[in-house]
Amino acid sequence: MLSLRGSRGRTFALIFAASTAILAQPPQQGQRRPGGFVPGQQRPAGDPAEIAHGKALYGISCRGCHGADLRGGDMGGPNLLRSQLSLSDRDGEKIIPVIQKGVPGGAMPPIPMGPEDAKAVATFVRSILATIGGQGKPPNAQEPPTILVGDAAEGQAYFAAKCTSCHSATGDLQGIGTRIADPKMLQNTWVAGGARGGRGGPPAAAARSEKRTVTASVTPPGGKTMEGRLLRIDHFVVTLELADGSSRSFRREGDVPQVVIHDPLAGHRELLSVYTDKEMHNVTAYLVTLK
Amino acid sequence: MKLIRFFSFGFCFAAALFAQGDGISPSELLKPLKDSWPTYNGDYSGRRYSALKAINTSTVKNLSLAWSIRLTPGANPPAGGRGRFGGGQPAKLITGGEGTGELMAGGVSIKASLLAVDGTLYFTMPDNAWAVDARDGRELWHYYWKTRGGTHIGNRGLAMWNNYLYMETPDNYLVSLDAKTGKERWHKTIADLDQGYFSTPAPIVVGNHVLVGTGNDIDSPGFLQSFDPETGELQWKFYTVPMKAGDPGLDTWASLDAARHGGAQTWIPGAYDPETKLYIIGTGNPTPAYTTGKRGEGDNLFTCSLVAIHVDTGKMAWYFQTSPHDMHDYDSAQTPILVDAPFNGKMRKLVLTAARNGYFFTLDRVTGERLVTSKYGLLTNWAKGLNKFGGPEHDPTKDPTVGGALVSPTSDGTVNWEPPAYSPDTGLFYVPEGNGYSLFYLTDLDPRGSMGLGGKEEVNVGTGGNYLSAIDYRNGKVVWRHRYYGNGGGGGLLATAGGLLLAGDGMGSLVAHDAKTGKPLWNTRIGNITNAPQTFLLDGHQYVTVATGDTLWAFVLN
Repeated sequence: MLSLRGSRGRTFALIFAASTAILAQPPQQGQRRPGGFVPGQQRPAGDPAEIAHGKALYGISCRGCHGADLRGGDMGGPNLLRSQLSLSDRDGEKIIPVIQKGVPGGAMPPIPMGPEDAKAVATFVRSILATIGGQGKPPNAQEPPTILVGDAAEGQAYFAAKCTSCHSATGDLQGIGTRIADPKMLQNTWVAGGARGGRGGPPAAAARSEKRTVTASVTPPGGKTMEGRLLRIDHFVVTLELADGSSRSFRREGDVPQVVIHDPLAGHRELLSVYTDKEMHNVTAYLVTLK
Repeated sequence: MKLIRFFSFGFCFAAALFAQGDGISPSELLKPLKDSWPTYNGDYSGRRYSALKAINTSTVKNLSLAWSIRLTPGANPPAGGRGRFGGGQPAKLITGGEGTGELMAGGVSIKASLLAVDGTLYFTMPDNAWAVDARDGRELWHYYWKTRGGTHIGNRGLAMWNNYLYMETPDNYLVSLDAKTGKERWHKTIADLDQGYFSTPAPIVVGNHVLVGTGNDIDSPGFLQSFDPETGELQWKFYTVPMKAGDPGLDTWASLDAARHGGAQTWIPGAYDPETKLYIIGTGNPTPAYTTGKRGEGDNLFTCSLVAIHVDTGKMAWYFQTSPHDMHDYDSAQTPILVDAPFNGKMRKLVLTAARNGYFFTLDRVTGERLVTSKYGLLTNWAKGLNKFGGPEHDPTKDPTVGGALVSPTSDGTVNWEPPAYSPDTGLFYVPEGNGYSLFYLTDLDPRGSMGLGGKEEVNVGTGGNYLSAIDYRNGKVVWRHRYYGNGGGGGLLATAGGLLLAGDGMGSLVAHDAKTGKPLWNTRIGNITNAPQTFLLDGHQYVTVATGDTLWAFVLN
């Protein structure tokens, strides 16, 4: 679909890269939405009494086929939330005839309903259509299931074998299952190799901790090597923050000056193409136990 | 005093007239890209390869700013006139549209290809079209469309037929303007806003057809339409999904109802082959995008496909599905490139595409026969081999899952809408390649499936590197990768006979690369690029243009 396409949804656009782009920044929830979103049909709020009446009638005559949530029912009626006919309806002019006459040659029989009642049903349907989310998301989405599908014991074994050269359950990750209480947030965070700000995450400052700081050393030809935090780099300029807090940039032409980047998270990034989903789920199941 | 006033008035009047000529006749659109830029991709091939070579690997170091202009969309220009440089009077504002004028989208930018014709540049932002003088960036006119709504994510630009221009609007109108004056000739409804359609493509003129695609987010069928350039009357409408019993592809859906809500939008213009009269265009994702639900386990034709449509009849000649049964919103809405080139010792008429799903394809464009499938996305991991047609087969364990599936690329793809380029000098196909990883969580377990882009949560968790990549069409192998520090290639690419490949680097520079090796030869730091670089010839000078957000830049050799 189109709506995310402004710029490849580049949530990592600002992350200067080390040898490749990096994980020093927290991953972003969802997607950027460049450009203004203006909904299509502006559906005015209908009369509450009429909607309530329409809802009751819908429950009696329509629900069996079209479902309580309008997304299609057990008896095979189509999803009304994405029905082109109901989406185009403005004041019952499209829905009422279908209710009263049925769909000739289709499965829907005529429903014995007077014009006022049919209009109330149409008003109710439009009131639900008005709650469809951006990019066609259905309203009243159910509570997402828990993402904890892994095996904590297997995760612990994996952790012991693969993670303990850098991490410790009693050290840096002590209490991680409490600090990041939402398992999904915890998984997003450790897989990204970085702390997330925002709800459930540790303070954003943690993302800039010593351990995650990308540094670089720059050596001009015949000159002294300068080191510092890497502020930005592209093919033309590299900029360091020096020990005294000042910033210093260098023009780059090919390999001159020599630039060496030290990215503590390079290893984590490389793991993205190593984990199986099962290993990832197991480790998450283990980490949530570190209360 | 009187005399001076007379003269200055006369001068302005003459300049306004002489700035524009006779537009573009349909027959001129058949020529390969050179002095002007008369259609979305420059020419019908989609190569974005210009024969101009004054700016080349030796001279590009002298490329420097000619002018720059900042555009103000909407009806109310700020006090002090439009344009950052040059000042002058605001351009003539022409207003149209069926809306009340109360709705206005913010944050829009220039993602359009410019038409460079008769010394004038024509381009758009959503709801807005401009003509500016290509010599100094002065606005000649500004057309503003009062919208009824629709997603204002971008507009890819205008089409031109003689002296008439065509623009699509987010609220689904095709608007025709007089190129000289910006005055509206007519507007026609092209899709139903109430059903969630919104329109972003640049129309494409072929002969006496204006080919118009559109987009949608609420499970509606995709289609391509052809309109009469003079009257705006509908000539034909081709649906990209089965719409009735007996339609081809219906057996790849669980039901007709599912097919009729199956998506496959046409939101990026295609390429055109004058010999076969086939318009070849990529289609969008199936809906619902991330859940199978009622769409069944089949391939869901003709979503995520290249389809070849005869321009006179609107009938499909062939198709090839680049993402069968897509589960990650990997639209195949990329610009296909038509080349005549040797393949296995024979000259072949080919069509090349690097799809959003990380796979590259070479096909015979006359028959649709698949010749090459390759994985160009370095870390692409969502498929488990190829199906019997040579399309990648999705690995169900990499569909969105409850526990989270770690997938590359992200739903934004290795490449998205950004036009690629091809140089006949190097024989290389160029494309930006993003190797991001996302966790895809299935959040809606309803067996009926979700709707639109719902039913999942996607979290970007890092990237394995972004590149400008050069692909050998003969085998699909990546010949070289130029590593980006940012998300380079945004906006798209331009190749030239001067041996150059131009692209934004995602770090605030427009960069000219050596097309043979990818080595950066020149850059200018003007901000992140939002449309594809373009080039044209005016007064004997080769210009390069590019946009950054609301600002347009022109460069020449000094």
